[in-house]
Amino acid sequence: MNNIWTIAKREYDNYFSSPLAYVVLLAMLLPLGIYFTLILLFTSQNALMGGGSAPNTLQINWLFIFLMVFLAPAITMRLISDEARMGTLELMLTAPVKDFEFVAGKWLGAMLFILTAAVITLVYPLVLNNFVSPGIDWKMVIASYIGLILVSSAMLALGVGISAMFSNQFAAFFVTLGLFFFLWFFVNMPVSLLPSGGEILNYLSLSYHFSENINQGNVTLAGIVYYLSLTALGLFVGTSAIEIRRWR
Amino acid sequence: MIKVSGLSKDYGARRAVHNLSFHANKGEIVGFLGPNGAGKTTTMRILTGYMPPSDGEVIVAGYDVVEESLEVRKRVGYLPETVPLYTDMTAFDYLKYMGELRRVPDVLDRVDEVLDMVGLLDRAQGYIGNLSKGMRQRVGLAQALLHEPEVLILDEPTIGLDPGQVVEIRELIRNIGKEKTVLLSTHLLNEAQNLCDRVLIINKGKIVAEDTTENLQARLLGAERVVIKVRGDGDGLSETIKEVKGVRKIETLKDGAVEFEFASGKDLRPEVAKQVITSGYDLLELRTMGMSLEEIFLELTGNDKK
Repeated sequence: MNNIWTIAKREYDNYFSSPLAYVVLLAMLLPLGIYFTLILLFTSQNALMGGGSAPNTLQINWLFIFLMVFLAPAITMRLISDEARMGTLELMLTAPVKDFEFVAGKWLGAMLFILTAAVITLVYPLVLNNFVSPGIDWKMVIASYIGLILVSSAMLALGVGISAMFSNQFAAFFVTLGLFFFLWFFVNMPVSLLPSGGEILNYLSLSYHFSENINQGNVTLAGIVYYLSLTALGLFVGTSAIEIRRWR
Repeated sequence: MIKVSGLSKDYGARRAVHNLSFHANKGEIVGFLGPNGAGKTTTMRILTGYMPPSDGEVIVAGYDVVEESLEVRKRVGYLPETVPLYTDMTAFDYLKYMGELRRVPDVLDRVDEVLDMVGLLDRAQGYIGNLSKGMRQRVGLAQALLHEPEVLILDEPTIGLDPGQVVEIRELIRNIGKEKTVLLSTHLLNEAQNLCDRVLIINKGKIVAEDTTENLQARLLGAERVVIKVRGDGDGLSETIKEVKGVRKIETLKDGAVEFEFASGKDLRPEVAKQVITSGYDLLELRTMGMSLEEIFLELTGNDKK
């Protein structure tokens, strides 16, 4: 565990010593801020006209996850591939660190970075809570953030796993992006065309459990199992890729 | 401390290391010599637990590199050929990070200590990306020494250093070698000659010679060659030397000195000196001409370098 934490800490610090972190944070927080402003404008206008529903920030978390489809590959692409390119992987693989600890440390570092961004977004429900009487539904907000963490965890683990398979960070980026596109947009596309079995495709979709259940306040076991399984799969792929490198 | 028996490594169909066996003891510096692609780096990578062997047994610091890889890695300091550095970190932060991974006690003090050992204390806060090649090499060496390893494996440790630094780093390695086991690869033959207690010459994945540099010379030459110089032009000197029984291949050099040889193990220098002096010459110099490690190397590795 110690090693995982040591590696995660370095990765986290490392994000902020490169421009990438700030670009990613900007690409994440700017659209979220604009979206939040729009929500406030529309709901206040509706309220003035005596209609509309109470505003919430759940759509902001949905947008966060949607942006992650594009940004998570950028966050994870260099995590292991760059170590292979620079030769530092040889250093890590001859240090008393288990392959799994190395991969998990990289994942945790990326997780901490995304959690930082997520903590910044807490400002939206806090602000909104002041405008709405009798306050917003915090249970919904908590469920939404649980979902956000679960989806991020799965995406970052898959990204790290793919990064371990390449020595070129751009190759890792495009393969990760391709996988997320498939899992987000395409995997459950044929559901409406199928007479039956659509549930299985929905189950495999990266967005379904979050959008349809967790972000509606319904934290399902199926959703938790799905995202944790993807996390485990990503870390397993990463660890295996490192082991294969040793044998090559 | 290092015991390798029957080690082989295949990369696909290509056999990079073939049935290698050798050992290195505590307090010994062993040199690993060979042309490029001879299998030196592959062997070192196996010894450090980076990759498993295809066949054979490797014991480092009392542990099997395959079965107890983590135990081996705790006890080995390794400087790979391409020095692995995080260029976006300062030398200090990099060593602190490696020290934390290796659970070095009082890591901050130890980092200062190793930086001092490699002469980089004043550049501790400099980004590694801004350091010169020689300085980076020294940061890499500091990393290998950080956890006071029982076994030190160095792949070309003085490459890229300027002559002054080479002397310092060799001195450092020599001191470490008094108490620990050091295995170093080099293509600088004089480095092996003045640093190593024993030399392994490897070619095409096989050990072609293993001995002290002195013994290697004697074994290969089968004879010792000597130069003798006297005052004056040395007229008739070669005839005088010829009278000593066992002397052969006498040759007069341009400056009047005479070169000759005798079978090794039978030192004829006292007899020759006596003969020269009793014949009335003023003896100025009498020295053996050792075969250089370069010559041994070429002899053993065939025509690869010629």
